[in-house]
Amino acid sequence: MKLVTAIIKPHKLDDVKDALKEAGITGMTVEEVKGFGRQGGKTEIYRGAEYIVDLLPKVRVEAVVPDGRADEVAEVIVAAARTGKIGDGKVWITSVDRIIRIRTGELGDDAV
Amino acid sequence: MLDVADIDVGNTAWMLIATALVLFMTPGLAFFYGGMVRSKNVLGMLMQNFFAMGLMAIIWVLVAFSLAFGNFGDGGFLGNFDFAFMRDIGATTGDPAFALTIPFVLFCAYQMTFAVITPALITGATADRMKFKAYAVFIALWLILVYAPVAHWVFGGGWLTKLGALDFAGGAVVHINAGAAALAVIIVLGRRRGWPKEGMHPHNLPFTLLGTGILWFGWFGFNAGSALAANGIAATALMNTFLAASAGMLGWMLFERIKDGKATTLGAASGAVAGLVAITPCAGFVGGMSPIVIGFLAGVLCVAAVQLKYKLGYDDSLDVVGVHLVGGLVGALLLGFFADASINELVTHEGVFLGGGATLLWYQFVASIATFAFSFVVSFILATIIDKVIGLRVTEEEEIEGLDLSQHAESAYSFGSFGSMDRV
Repeated sequence: MKLVTAIIKPHKLDDVKDALKEAGITGMTVEEVKGFGRQGGKTEIYRGAEYIVDLLPKVRVEAVVPDGRADEVAEVIVAAARTGKIGDGKVWITSVDRIIRIRTGELGDDAV
Repeated sequence: MLDVADIDVGNTAWMLIATALVLFMTPGLAFFYGGMVRSKNVLGMLMQNFFAMGLMAIIWVLVAFSLAFGNFGDGGFLGNFDFAFMRDIGATTGDPAFALTIPFVLFCAYQMTFAVITPALITGATADRMKFKAYAVFIALWLILVYAPVAHWVFGGGWLTKLGALDFAGGAVVHINAGAAALAVIIVLGRRRGWPKEGMHPHNLPFTLLGTGILWFGWFGFNAGSALAANGIAATALMNTFLAASAGMLGWMLFERIKDGKATTLGAASGAVAGLVAITPCAGFVGGMSPIVIGFLAGVLCVAAVQLKYKLGYDDSLDVVGVHLVGGLVGALLLGFFADASINELVTHEGVFLGGGATLLWYQFVASIATFAFSFVVSFILATIIDKVIGLRVTEEEEIEGLDLSQHAESAYSFGSFGSMDRV
């Protein structure tokens, strides 16, 4: 199994979620995170003082998928999350050693 | 001795309400400030303000009222102990020297609301880093050593009244006084960890706006109530208060829009308060369109003054110095320009724009400097002594953890579904 992790813009979550469901992905975990990439954040003024906001809100989407589908799922996410503007995010794939379904105890592909 | 027949029913009814209005301003101030701090410190801020409602009231009737209003009209520096422990503070109009038409005990209660909110103003400057115990000791002593004397100088017929300075509802007694004290204390206290580079933004501006509304509402009791009667002067003071708040808001917002590109809700709230502060000394002495000018100028000058802390390097966290000290000074001095004898016969020297020359302006200047100097020096000494004896500031770990947990073992918000993972 592979873990597909994506950091995306928060307002693209619905598009990504819908696209993954349509691709037949049966589960995912979503959380709110903060971060920056090469853009390095931006400068803001508040109450007359300038300061740098380098941690911008993003959303992390994670899904464990069978080995053979990892590349396909990554492409689905990229297509759904892309706006073409700076800060779109990234997707990466890592390996999962073991996976167990808590309710039934099923292992491996049966647990996905 | 006058009996209850001298009590004016209308005046008393109004002053009962005005007392409640001004008391409401302290919880209003609590949320005005509370919304501006980070969430880990909101209870710490609320607690300091609410606590003032507890401790200041007790000390007021014990001794501070007497120190402010004893020796009434003596043109001096301090009252006495004639009214300590509420002696001779009854339901009649009291000593004829006060010329009251309301029960003396009501007058004491009304003044008590001022005694509660004035020290509470300081909490905005010291936000996020003051030990609760040290705060409690500081304000208890400050009420007696600083507030009561200055109140005597102005409200108690002391030397500033004798000099000829005017202060209708406490521009000096409340705002210049608290602003000067705030500046003194934060110099001793030091800056917040991470200031000014780290962004420390308001965690709940809706609270701040709600608090602003409560302050604006209560300020009608603060200014119009200072007429101590339900009459034309009270009505004029109410209108002046209203207009100054409106104009102050617009002034601040205009400055923000031009300088930073956007007007903010925090700016609108702060501007309204700046206007309210500035009109406080003027409220029953000016009329016509002048409150609009006074409020607008306060809005503009205060938003500019707020920048000073970055240039001079002092951490006045929620701009108590920029709004209350500067706003109070602006109001006190502008009174020297706009004071109008046709509004109030107590105006013996009219303002510059009404042909009275610079006499009143000079008295206002003297009164402002004297109040600032006295409050700043005594507050500085008091803060330094308390700092040496018990320490003013929380430890670095406590400051990082937040006042709510470190000072009160509480957490303000438990929105997550993790239940008991958060303390309390």
